[in-house]
Amino acid sequence: MPNLRISTTLVAAMLVLAACGSEAPVGDNNATGAVNGPVTVFAAASLTESFTKLGREFETANPGTKVTFNFAGSSALAQQINQGAPADVFASAAPANMKQVSDTGAASGEPVTFARNRLEIAVPKGNPARITGLVDFANADRKIALCDEKVPCGAAAKKVFEAAGVTAAPDTLEQDVKAALTKARLGEVDAALVYRTDVKAAGGEVDGIAFPEADKAVNDYPIATLAKAPNASTAGAFLQFVLSERGRAVLGEAGFDAP
Amino acid sequence: MTTRRRARGRLPLILLVPALLSLAFLVVPLAGLIIRAPWSTLPSQLLSPEVGEALRLSLVCASLATVICLVLGVPLAWVLARGELRGRGVLRALVTVPLVLPPVVGGVALLLVLGRRGPIGQYLDSWFGISLPFTTAGVVIAEAFVAMPFLVISVEGALRATDPRYEEAAATLGASRWLTFRRVTLPSIAPGIVAGTVLCWARALGEFGATITFAGNFPGETTTMPLAVYLALEADPDAAIVLSMVLLIVSVVVLASLRDRWIRGVS
Repeated sequence: MPNLRISTTLVAAMLVLAACGSEAPVGDNNATGAVNGPVTVFAAASLTESFTKLGREFETANPGTKVTFNFAGSSALAQQINQGAPADVFASAAPANMKQVSDTGAASGEPVTFARNRLEIAVPKGNPARITGLVDFANADRKIALCDEKVPCGAAAKKVFEAAGVTAAPDTLEQDVKAALTKARLGEVDAALVYRTDVKAAGGEVDGIAFPEADKAVNDYPIATLAKAPNASTAGAFLQFVLSERGRAVLGEAGFDAP
Repeated sequence: MTTRRRARGRLPLILLVPALLSLAFLVVPLAGLIIRAPWSTLPSQLLSPEVGEALRLSLVCASLATVICLVLGVPLAWVLARGELRGRGVLRALVTVPLVLPPVVGGVALLLVLGRRGPIGQYLDSWFGISLPFTTAGVVIAEAFVAMPFLVISVEGALRATDPRYEEAAATLGASRWLTFRRVTLPSIAPGIVAGTVLCWARALGEFGATITFAGNFPGETTTMPLAVYLALEADPDAAIVLSMVLLIVSVVVLASLRDRWIRGVS
């Protein structure tokens, strides 16, 4: 039975892949306090571009260090950390997800707010549906993508709609902000509510429209080193680098506000 | 009876250990779901309108997708099994691609083709005003795309296992091709069709990646149970466990009740 043979091979391949995937980077337990060796940073997906850049600059400034990132949704990262993932630093897109980690004692010290993000309307290039502001989101004829209220960008969207007194008529509630952005990028929706940093990261493939109510739902990004960090000293140095002038500058270029 | 027992006794013990391991590998995670279930709040969570809505949508969409797969898939299986055409191996490989393709890739492909800027979708939109993304019809299409190969493979296997001489006999007795197909071929592969239908339906019911990518997520329209599970996990893990249990129970009940009655014929 050839099908059976194929599926057996597939299962075997899957198991091999799964085994590779779970192999976490092992950090030196750096007791000497030197800034050296590998450091693993768990960071919110919206920090992908800015943190990748910061990581490279940190490695250049501190020879012998190696920054490895795990970018994902903040709540998924918080769960991974609480399940014992060997992370050194956690940068969350929302205080609530940082709290999930600090409540269990997994964070060392108080988390620090290092950046703020605000919502912006993303429309397909050229704004074919001529969206002007939040009020267009109430129009049932428009195709609209929002984030689900259960994820941070959706919770923020809810706040701005309340502030604007607009009842949104979305066509889809996406599982994360990048999914909402993609629907605008592909032109499948007339408008999506995403972060300003996402509009910038899309690099001209979408147009951004700022709106005054965005002030009502500014999102804080906290960062902390972790109590069980395999490389605590380098983790601390990386955190300081994010908070430094240079860190602020890189985050500012990506569209983040300073805290 | 005695021969069967003797044959069973010859099972090499060395196979028993990996067999038990694999059984545990498949069953223990499901048991974990049941252990972690929030039993005290379970009834109220189950009766919430969101769960009912998502479950209803899941059952309706999976069933519609299965009907589409039956109507289109059985003839395709027949062509693959009996058709005298060159490149049949390539055709069969193409048909089974969605089986191994990550469903999210299928969703992206559907979105690019059937979305309102896609090569087909733009005409559906401008000529008929039909837009498939973000609609229940989109969910059905995404599920059918992912589940169809399961039906086609089962039916094709059944067709290959039947003896074409019965069809030839029917033909020599003067039956038309269509009559032969209906009265001879179809009844002989019925168990294969039922098995394929069950697999197809179960796959459609569990479909997640293609659905969320192509059809999006909106309660009552496109939020099926797997999507509800995924999003519930973000905010309320207990609710996600409850939803997962519902999906698990529905799947097990359907597979178990059909297995003994129908699928035995083909195994």
